[in-house]
Amino acid sequence: MIAKRIIPCLDVKDGTVVKGTNFVSLRELGDPVAMAAAYSKSGADEIVFLDISATHEGRATMMDIVRQTALHVFVPFTVGGGVRSLDDMTTMLQAGADKVAINSAAVAEPALITKGAEKFGSQCIVVAIDAKRFEDGWHVVTHGGRKDTGIDAIEWAKEAEARGAGEILLTSMDADGVKTGYDLSLTKAIVDEVRIPIIASGGCGSPEHITEVFQETDVSAALAASIFHDKTFSIEEVKQSCQQEGVRIREA
Amino acid sequence: MIAIVDYGVGNVASVANACKQLRYETILTDKKEEFEQATHIILPGVGSFRAAMEEIERRNLRGLLLELAAQKPFIGICVGMQLLFEKGFEHGETEGLGLIPGTVDKIETTHLLPHIGWNSLEVSDSFPTYKKHDGKHVYFVHSYQANTPEEYIVASTEYGTQIPAIVQNGTICGIQFHPEKSEKVGQFLLQSVFESSQQAFSKEESI
Repeated sequence: MIAKRIIPCLDVKDGTVVKGTNFVSLRELGDPVAMAAAYSKSGADEIVFLDISATHEGRATMMDIVRQTALHVFVPFTVGGGVRSLDDMTTMLQAGADKVAINSAAVAEPALITKGAEKFGSQCIVVAIDAKRFEDGWHVVTHGGRKDTGIDAIEWAKEAEARGAGEILLTSMDADGVKTGYDLSLTKAIVDEVRIPIIASGGCGSPEHITEVFQETDVSAALAASIFHDKTFSIEEVKQSCQQEGVRIREA
Repeated sequence: MIAIVDYGVGNVASVANACKQLRYETILTDKKEEFEQATHIILPGVGSFRAAMEEIERRNLRGLLLELAAQKPFIGICVGMQLLFEKGFEHGETEGLGLIPGTVDKIETTHLLPHIGWNSLEVSDSFPTYKKHDGKHVYFVHSYQANTPEEYIVASTEYGTQIPAIVQNGTICGIQFHPEKSEKVGQFLLQSVFESSQQAFSKEESI
């Protein structure tokens, strides 16, 4: 039986891991390669890097980080953030990333999903969707949640699947950084409408939130940042609580 | 030394690195003289069966690969494993290397595709040297699977259907998952595959 995946996410700015609360205030944490290797050793099933560097130099640094990670980390890892074109995808995949996550660039140019899937295979293409609740449902938002695209998040997830996305990384902008648990209704709404794996993201503040999202929805993976980075809980503790609750996980 | 077949299939650094962790030296090559120095050949692969096979044909490597497969332990990983079979049906019918009987077809399951994530191994009783890996989780990512007679299936995994995870035909081995992305478990498995194919090879030589 396939195991539910637990994925630490590292937000990287100019070569350093940071984590924002509600995507605004940033605190510095540490060396991305060392952190990824430590997580991999302690049982993380995958690693996600989100590059939030705004500068060209920051992006170039990310490529070095990817190269180093490929040498030191023996679980799959995804790079997102600065991936805006087929060239960016090629660069990151050649540097050693297993998958790339595309977000606003896919919203601006949906054909990018198709092109990426055709060139590298669906398994390499993760479409990241930032969703926020509005009166008429969930909208896709971009620019760290500041811009409402007006696009229905469920419809967009279906389109991403139809265009060849291999997975969807679904972040609730309402729950992100608040640590009160994953947005179960959003997660359920998307999981029920698509037939590719979904990674739930945003809102995790404790191991119970992870067991909850696996018990209440059919999501394939749960992503978290601050509970691991702050050393509030370790990956082992999260996996233990999953096992106690009967959630099938990989024993490291 | 282990020779990894260079036919332009993306990143093989992590495969080389996993070998290095096991203290094997590696070389990435498409040259006959360099293959001849190697103890084992690894055929990597990503993308589709058809694209990978076309690249092998385009570089005129088919003959050389078949020659090497007769001379040394030969290990296919992921799409490289799929290419060991007779035919693949991803993006149309394509002829494979035909080193293990069987075909590669779309996975028929009610579960989500691609099959992405850590799934557990069920090791066949016919392959006792692999028994220590029974129940271990390894990382899969694929939508197509091998369909081959049971005698070649070393280990399988359950995903709404049984999927061959490790296959072996004497000195020819195939690994459907990514040992290089499966942490320590993956490295131990790679070690078993190197040893098992080597043993099969020594046995053949002594006959």
